[in-house]
Amino acid sequence: MILIIAEHKDGQLSKSTAEMIQAARASGQAGPVTALVLGSGVGDVANQAAQFADQVLVADRPELGSYNAELWAAASAQIAQQGQASLVMTGGSRSGREFAPRVAVKLDAPYLEDVIHLQAAEGGVQAQRYSYLARVTETQQASGPVVVVSVKPGAFAPAAPTGQQGPQYDVDLELPQPRLQVTGKNEEKLDRVALTEADVIVTGGRGVGSSEKFGELVEGLADAIGAGVGATRAVVDAGWRPYGEQVGQTGKTVQPGAYIALGVSGAVQHLSGMGKSKYIVAINKDADAPIFKVADYGIVGDVNEIVPALISAARS
Amino acid sequence: MKILTLIRQVPDAEARVKAAGGQMDLGGTTMVIDGMDEYGVEEALQLREGGADVEEIIGLAVGPAQTEDAVRTALAMGIDRAIHVETSGYLDPIAVSKVVATVAQEEGVSLIFAGGQQADWDSQALGAATAERLSWPQATWTNDLALSGGTLTGRHDVDSGSENFQLDLPAVVTTQQGLNEPRYPTLPNIMKAKKKELRKDDLSRFGAQNKVQLVSSEIQVRQRKNQLIDGSDPQTAAQELLGLLRNEAKVLN
Ligand SMILES: Cc1cc2nc3c(=O)[nH]c(=O)nc-3n(C[C@H](O)[C@H](O)[C@H](O)COP(=O)(O)OP(=O)(O)OC[C@H]3O[C@@H](n4cnc5c(N)ncnc54)[C@H](O)[C@@H]3O)c2cc1C
Repeated sequence: MILIIAEHKDGQLSKSTAEMIQAARASGQAGPVTALVLGSGVGDVANQAAQFADQVLVADRPELGSYNAELWAAASAQIAQQGQASLVMTGGSRSGREFAPRVAVKLDAPYLEDVIHLQAAEGGVQAQRYSYLARVTETQQASGPVVVVSVKPGAFAPAAPTGQQGPQYDVDLELPQPRLQVTGKNEEKLDRVALTEADVIVTGGRGVGSSEKFGELVEGLADAIGAGVGATRAVVDAGWRPYGEQVGQTGKTVQPGAYIALGVSGAVQHLSGMGKSKYIVAINKDADAPIFKVADYGIVGDVNEIVPALISAARS
Repeated sequence: MKILTLIRQVPDAEARVKAAGGQMDLGGTTMVIDGMDEYGVEEALQLREGGADVEEIIGLAVGPAQTEDAVRTALAMGIDRAIHVETSGYLDPIAVSKVVATVAQEEGVSLIFAGGQQADWDSQALGAATAERLSWPQATWTNDLALSGGTLTGRHDVDSGSENFQLDLPAVVTTQQGLNEPRYPTLPNIMKAKKKELRKDDLSRFGAQNKVQLVSSEIQVRQRKNQLIDGSDPQTAAQELLGLLRNEAKVLN
């Protein structure tokens, strides 16, 4: 079987789970596509997963109420072993990329990380992924009875529902006592459309000048055209915006239809998070800013003049 | 206690990367210590300077011969000694974790720092894989850390924001921006570092087998339109840009 560790939040199956199922079906590996749902009170999630997967395994236990790398790794490895999985898939989220390596070590399996393409190959699977701050596409191959794969969010189209409810089975697990104790949670509530799901993103850099200006220009334009809001690290470090909006090497990777960068210089660490956007638009007063080299459309000008004009033009 | 801090050498972010014949060509590329690893080196030093009972800070590098330069940087920043396991060619992070875990056990360390994401392979796997090999817990993407007795407290990023955590040693911590500001090696410290121990070790004794084959690496540059609009008349420029986004790119209604 192909084992998919389902991602879900607040009782909703995440889009990434349907993307993993699509990647599993495209991989050409034999066996039923099986979703493992870990959590507490996850009956609804299991029902949603059953619309996409051939079968669903459910571990509904209080200890699984919140994600923990040691628990998720132990659960995934046990089920993979019992079911003789040929592939184990996790999301390419922070958590997915945190526990997948532990699963690989437990199973003594190869690990293909954050893949954007997956296909059957001689004795195993071949995958593509980005490296060198997303400037290079590399092809890797792995073989063995089982291969662990994390799947980059947004790289695969989500699978369509099968039109049937796959069967569900409860599973038994032996879980360790987790050693990392969570003593507080700081959830970032982002009011707008999730960055990784937005079709259009407006991002502000240090060039917008201040936190107030960010609200006026970046949020103003985003609201006028129905876009998500992103930020550079310089802006996050300055405390103008929450970390959840940071795009780049140490922030989010996004791939929208259009990425509109306001007062952003275009440092490689930033480009590594948005360089795959379909269209890149840059507004910067410095004609030599590196961002223009990767831009499809650019305006050389002051954001304080151009952006208000854009907002009123978009509104009318 | 002893701290092990991992050191990797990667192309300088501003350097152009080249590939030829399906392989990366790093000849002539400026190489530096991975910025993510510098946070780990700095944090180890700050824990000691802050009064934690740190007996020794050991650097470990697994990489080609020239990685020695990055190790020297870490020694000049202030770590006590270093071990360099020389490799030729690609060794995947799961395989590297075997070397790291073995050294950690041999040296009796109880805290390991690893960079949150590698700037060459874009991998986040080394810290977690090492923790699993040692049967230790891990805190990844850590941006705040304190040590009191044998207990770490800190904050780290998770899928939807961040968490405060508490963790008893031994543990693996992966580092990132916000944790600290890595110091620059001063000239006297660069001189002193030349006398510090840098032991070479032999990869063959670790039984670290690659499980992933690197088939090819290619640079794919998307051709961009690079169409520049004159911004001297903001109204006209705005109209023109919206027109392009609506009619040519078709990303706006
Ligand atoms: C290990 C590491 C990881 C990193 N990860 C990330 C990451 O995830 N994401 C990230 O973004 N960065 C990251 N960085 C930082 C990155 O290198 C840059 O420092 C950062 O992206 C710069 O942000 P910026 O473009 O907003 O600011 P600046 O570089 O300060 O650029 C501001 C730009 O605004 C323009 N400008 C100024 N005023 C105006 C005006 N009135 N109108 C129009 N334009 C104007 C300027 O010409 C300039 O080009 C990382 C760095 C390191 C070392």
